[in-house]
Amino acid sequence: MKFVDEFRSNEYSKLLVENLKSITCNKINIMEVCGSHTMAIFRYGIRDILPPNVNLISGPGCPVCVTPQSYIDTALELSSRKDVIMASFGDMMKIPGRKGSLLKKKAEGADIRIVYSPMDCLIIAQENPSKQIIFLAVGFETTAPMTAVTAIEARKKGLSNLFFFTAHKIVPPVMEALVNDPDLNLDGFLLPGNVCAIIGTEPFQFLSKNFMIPGVVTGFEPVDILQGLVTLVSLISQKDPRISNDYKRIVRTDGNPKARQYMDEAFNLVDSNWRGIGKVPKSGLEFNREFEEFDAIKHFGISYEAYDGGSGCRCGEILKGKIKPTQCPLFKKLCTPENPVGSCMVSSEGTCAAYFRYYKEL
Amino acid sequence: MNTIMLSHGSGGTQTNQLINDLFFKYFSNDILNQMNDAAQINIDFKKLAFTTDSFVVNPIFFAGGNIGKLAVCGTVNDLSVSGAKPLYLTSAFIIEEGFSMANLEIIVQSMAEEAKKSGVKIVAGDTKVVEKGNADGLYINTSGIGEIYKNVNINCANALPGDVVIVNGTLGDHGMTILCERNNLGFEGDLTSDCACLNTLVDCMLEAYNGIHVIRDATRGGVAAVLNEISDFSDVTIALEEILIPIKEEVKGAAEMLGLDPLYIANEGKLCALVPEAQANQVLSAMRTHPLGANAAIIGRVTEELGHRVYMNTVVGGKRLVDMPSGILLPRIC
Repeated sequence: MKFVDEFRSNEYSKLLVENLKSITCNKINIMEVCGSHTMAIFRYGIRDILPPNVNLISGPGCPVCVTPQSYIDTALELSSRKDVIMASFGDMMKIPGRKGSLLKKKAEGADIRIVYSPMDCLIIAQENPSKQIIFLAVGFETTAPMTAVTAIEARKKGLSNLFFFTAHKIVPPVMEALVNDPDLNLDGFLLPGNVCAIIGTEPFQFLSKNFMIPGVVTGFEPVDILQGLVTLVSLISQKDPRISNDYKRIVRTDGNPKARQYMDEAFNLVDSNWRGIGKVPKSGLEFNREFEEFDAIKHFGISYEAYDGGSGCRCGEILKGKIKPTQCPLFKKLCTPENPVGSCMVSSEGTCAAYFRYYKEL
Repeated sequence: MNTIMLSHGSGGTQTNQLINDLFFKYFSNDILNQMNDAAQINIDFKKLAFTTDSFVVNPIFFAGGNIGKLAVCGTVNDLSVSGAKPLYLTSAFIIEEGFSMANLEIIVQSMAEEAKKSGVKIVAGDTKVVEKGNADGLYINTSGIGEIYKNVNINCANALPGDVVIVNGTLGDHGMTILCERNNLGFEGDLTSDCACLNTLVDCMLEAYNGIHVIRDATRGGVAAVLNEISDFSDVTIALEEILIPIKEEVKGAAEMLGLDPLYIANEGKLCALVPEAQANQVLSAMRTHPLGANAAIIGRVTEELGHRVYMNTVVGGKRLVDMPSGILLPRIC
């Protein structure tokens, strides 16, 4: 792969950090919304090299972490049904439900397949005509178009044994909920480059227009993140609430219209429950009437009400950036990657997982 | 219900828990408890190394090797990184009914080739065939015995502050090749397993300096697992330099796509050596004269810091923990 080492350059990074230190401003709170940013920040130890006035707060941008526990419990129940093959992204496998995880169900004999793309389900459905295939359709704008395209393709192929248990969510509405939260005092956002690659920068302009908060779209390599921070800290210090696109090699202002067209074709925008955060208006995607034959909830007649896990897990406050994982009494004691209480500990983009894996007093 | 999970075989935290909580509970003894790649035993004034390993790789054939080559290399490597000259192997086959005889012959041939190359004899064997559906094609177990060289004392408890960490080449090649082939990920480029017998390379290193403190082959769990075990047993802190770690572009790219870290990905022809700094260059130069050590590099050192942990100074000048791997490697959503 090209363009990896260039964006991990020690030399550029040093220059960018020097640059960052030269911008004078008061103590500022910046939220990285996206779980991939959180992971990259920890993986490269970026918090250590920032000037002390720049405080990074991890946000709710891990799709697995914000999926309510009731979804996992329902998925576990569905996976045990006769003649069902469940297909899922790898991230979902370790998430704890009331009765174990999908990995545990798989070990007990349930037919659960890890796929890299929902399109893999088309082959599974074709090869197993006597089985009902359920894809766990989780993710933000980054994965929702793939679900839509898969359903469109399934229809073209006349497949009647492929269903989607959807929990897709979109990012801008939850950010609006965060900036409206009086307890959070955010000065700027690092915006998710992968989400913007699909929806463009326009959906984030409300930050600037309605809340006077700047945001910078950036990528996931350390140089991307540091460059994004330089721009963002400059904007904050100049009181310029602009939305800047610093990831132009991937993100176009209008995003990816084709991908959005597929989403519009298959989905309706609905209110959605975010684990630990609650109901966020117009933040979820559900198959529209035209595509409801693919909706696992309807096909299997699931009664499905959102609830979260209890037992002292403080994921909600962590997802909103109100506390750090180290402030949760369960962290590293009752909640570990081997015995997780909340999904943030085992998702590959979870904040607790990032703290557990990469961060210790060094 | 407590059941065996895939993670119990991944070489990380859960594997260690299974070993400590079950196998050691019943099998514990002074030799086993040293947890080296091969047991070091004394018989009639000879120091022997003795080890066993089972191979269940899927796919059975992969770029750079097959399960048979792996079965010989894996056991030869466990012996040689214990400072032993590998001598004799046993080989046991568990074959699923219906397995292609032609494929079996290819596999056995490559075992014979690797055995010849590394100077070991396969001196005993066993064959079992199970009904279709009761195994995944073919499993092979090999056990091996070797004679530990005189004046060599390699043990994962021997690392000392001031030692440098040397690897013999690029990391993650084997695991990434298997992962991509298993899932038909269709990455373009030269992804090939590094599967190889390392005994001649180890000989070359010990000739350059026979006082090497630790050598381990970095298989399941990758270099991260091995270094965590060394840090634990030797009670030392190891600091890695990310900028010095050799990783092929293809491996880096594929790992990036899947959200995996090459430090945690399995190798089958890579070792990690801890060598006193004063002798590091002579060992490194010797390694670089060997085809399997051409890209050998110093990737870190044992620090004077108290406590046992592994951390990395990152390419951008930050620090992060390199923890023991946990669970199985799963690709991420986005």
